[in-house]
This record gives sequence, C-alpha cells and structure tokens, in this order.
Amino acid sequence: MPVKIEIPSPLREHTGGLVDVPVTGSTVKAALEDLVRQYPAIGPKLFESGKVRPYINLFVNDEDIRYLDDMDTATADGTILAIIPAVAGG
Amino acid sequence: MATLDFSTGLRCRVCGKLYPKEALNFCKDDFGPLEVDYDYEAVAKNITRAKIEKRPHTMWRYRELLPISGEPSVGPQVGGTPLVKADRLADALGVKHLWIKNDAVNFPTLSFKDRVVSVALSKAREFGMKTVGCASTGNLANSVAANAAAAGLEAYILIPASLERSKILNTSVYGANVIAVDGTYDEVNRLCSQIALKYGWGFVNVNLRAYYAEGSKSFGFEIAEDLGWRFPQHVVCPMAGGALIGKIHKAFTELNKVGLVSQPNTCKMYGAQAAGCNPISDAVKTGKERHKPVRKPNTICKSLAIGDPADGFFAAKLMRETGGWAEDVTDDEIIEGMTLLARTEGIFAETAGGTTVAVTRKLLEQGKLPRDEEIVICITGNGLKTMDALYEAIEPPVQIKPSFSEFESLMGNYASV
Repeated sequence: MPVKIEIPSPLREHTGGLVDVPVTGSTVKAALEDLVRQYPAIGPKLFESGKVRPYINLFVNDEDIRYLDDMDTATADGTILAIIPAVAGG
Repeated sequence: MATLDFSTGLRCRVCGKLYPKEALNFCKDDFGPLEVDYDYEAVAKNITRAKIEKRPHTMWRYRELLPISGEPSVGPQVGGTPLVKADRLADALGVKHLWIKNDAVNFPTLSFKDRVVSVALSKAREFGMKTVGCASTGNLANSVAANAAAAGLEAYILIPASLERSKILNTSVYGANVIAVDGTYDEVNRLCSQIALKYGWGFVNVNLRAYYAEGSKSFGFEIAEDLGWRFPQHVVCPMAGGALIGKIHKAFTELNKVGLVSQPNTCKMYGAQAAGCNPISDAVKTGKERHKPVRKPNTICKSLAIGDPADGFFAAKLMRETGGWAEDVTDDEIIEGMTLLARTEGIFAETAGGTTVAVTRKLLEQGKLPRDEEIVICITGNGLKTMDALYEAIEPPVQIKPSFSEFESLMGNYASV
C-alpha cells in the first residue's frame, strides 16, 4: 500500500480529477517529488523557489508536519499526506 | 433601484489575481488569501456622511463598503455598539484620552462576531447555500448558531471540546449541530477545511472567509464616525486569527479613500494576546516575518487561543508598518484586566477584553503607547460568557441573617477597615 496524497479540490484539474494520488517515498519531501513527477503541472502550484508555498499546510495522518520533522517527516505504506490551504479560521 | 453592491470580485493578497464573486478563500495559483475588491471610485460617488447619518444605527449604514447584493438577509440589526469615553479607566491607567469600543453588547450574541456572521450568512444565502458552519473558539459558534437559526439555515458548528461550558450551551440552545472535537482549535480548523472542500457547505471562516472578514470593518467605521468622522491615534485590539486588527485599519483607510474622512489614516495598531498563546505578539517582539505556531495553547483566554493564525503574517506586518506594537499577558493579568474594566467603567468583558486592557496597561508601562494621545481599546465579547475564569478570583458576597443588628455590625466592620 503506497503513501496516499489527498488533493484539495481546486488542484484536482492537475491530477486528472483524482482526489487521492498514490505515490512512493519515505519522507514528505520524497512523496511530494513523486507527485510532481506524475503530475508536473501541480509543481508550480505547490512550490515556489524550491520551497512549499507559505499558505499551504501539510498533514501526515492528521498531524501538522511543522510539529514533526517538517519535510523530512517519515512516510510509510498507508500514510495519508493531506495538502490543505492554510487560509482559514479566526 | 441602483445597486449598492460595489464589490467587484475577490483579489489574491499575494499575486493580485482577480476572481469572480464565489465561495472561495484562497488563490488557485499560490494558495494566497483572497480579499474582497471594490470599485472605490463608484463608492465615493454614491456615499456621503449625510446619507449614512440618515440610516439606522447598525453596521449596515456602511453598506456600500460591505460585499453583499441587495438588502442584508441575515443580521439586519447587528452593530451600532457604543463608543464609551472611558475617563475612570483612563485615570486608573494614567492616560488622558481613552475610549472603549464595546462590542460586549453587540446584537444578538454579545460579541463582534455577529458583524462577520451577518455578512457571511447573507452571502451564503446569495449563493443558494442551505447548510452553513464554522470552526470556532466560542463566540463565532454562538453567532453562527443564532443567526443561522433566525435565517432558517442548518448549521454545523465544530469547536474544541475544552471550550467554556457557557459558550457551548450558548451554541446548542439555538438548535445547531454542535460537534465537540477532542483537539486544539487549529485541529478543528483543519478538519473544517477538509469538510468545506468535500461537502461544499458555507463555512463562514473557510470558503466564505473573504466576505466574513469584511464585516469586521464596520467596527472601525463606527469608531471613526462616533469620534466625529476622524481616526484615533492608537487602537489596541485583541488578536486570535489576526483578521480584526487588519480590518479596523482597512476601514479607516477606506473612509479616507472614499472621501468620508479627509484626515489620512496614520493610526498606530497594537495587538493583544495571552502569554499562553502568543504567536503574533511573539513575531512582532522578536522581529520574525512569519509567526511560529503554538501547538498547544494554554490560557484561560480561550477565545484568542489560535496557535496558527491565518492572518498572523498580515497582522504582524501591519503593526510594524503603522508604528504600533504587540504584547501578551499572563492569566492573572487577564483577570486583573477584566476586573479593572468592570470596576472603572461598569463593562463586563470576556477574557479577551481583560487581555486587551492588560496589554494596554503593559504597553503604557513600557512607553510603547504614549499617555497623552487618543487611544481606543477594542472590547469584542461579553464577560457573561467566560465566567468560569472568574469564580475563584471574585470574593463571594458577605452573608448575614435578616437582622438589622447584624447589618449594623457589618457596617461597623466596614467602617473600622
């Protein structure tokens, strides 16, 4: 069972409409690189100058990666990596 | 009838891309926050002080600068709260000119959140939505539940399970579907983003957030009008998500832009947080461009307990650019702030109000706020909602038998003190 990346609806036009994309990679960074390898058009939406854009939050199994090991957070088979827009709340 | 909707769409605050009016809170290119855009030239031609002054004392008297079409269908009586000249608090703090903008008495749910909710739910109805919701630290939950009930909308309210009992009761009473989440506000918020993306409901502070936040401007419009169509020199504002402080400042800028106030907006903005959840004040004090999120907030001031504020970056930038500052205070200082406000001005504010008063005092002591200029303190919620914080701090009443001699003996005790 690969790592599964949850794609927010506005980005699904870049993943052929897929809600979840199966990827391989043992860290968040590697998993996202595999996503971009499969769907190159999503790359500029997620990254700016090689870094994840500031208004994107990433969650590994519902935990914010900033409280884990950030982009080096480990991912394994069955891990769910969610891409969530940060502009909400308050 | 001529349209009163001068909003032209939603604009990304990062790249400037313009979107049509839709239920969307972030830019599809860079995920930047979207903000309502207006045709200010058209507003300027259609608005005058005289026109506004003839309208009822509600937030909707500034409707040309609020983003709805037609009449507001939710919350038509929201706003119009008092700007109180706070001379006794001014004496206690050692300042010359002080006002309290008192949204502890906002209608219908006793917090400034009624302003944002009336705009968001009116917009939800324009979009044909039947189900609405929010992630909330309490006041927003109360307001969405009440205003949705009055509008006949179904509401799903998600809150951290650790909220004050009164804030939960004040939500459930309106018949909303209340879901208490075993987690922090930020976890609730993330869950709501996932729900909004999947279900398409109108979450006021997720997909309707751009419209919602505009409602806060009315807090600033009212301050300026009640001062006689001018701006104060300093505003001290509580910060949770960090949107309100920015919208008050935006309100002043807009009043100048459309010609209602000729004075340029040079107001300095100051932010107040609790020490147990201070991501924005920490960013200001330590010179960080972006705040460091607080994973587990720990404060009695639950309404400000947002560890990862959506507008943290913009709030910190605003305070730096206007020449203001930020501070945070302990739980004990928050309670002292609540009692000081109650005992000098007869205003019972919730913990966020205690935070703002205590931060004002701290900024004065530090010399960050001058003592001889005009200061407005923003009170955004009612103390009746956060009484749990005070039970231990307030002395219970003296108890006597129904006996005149006992009363006189008590008076003797008082006289001997």
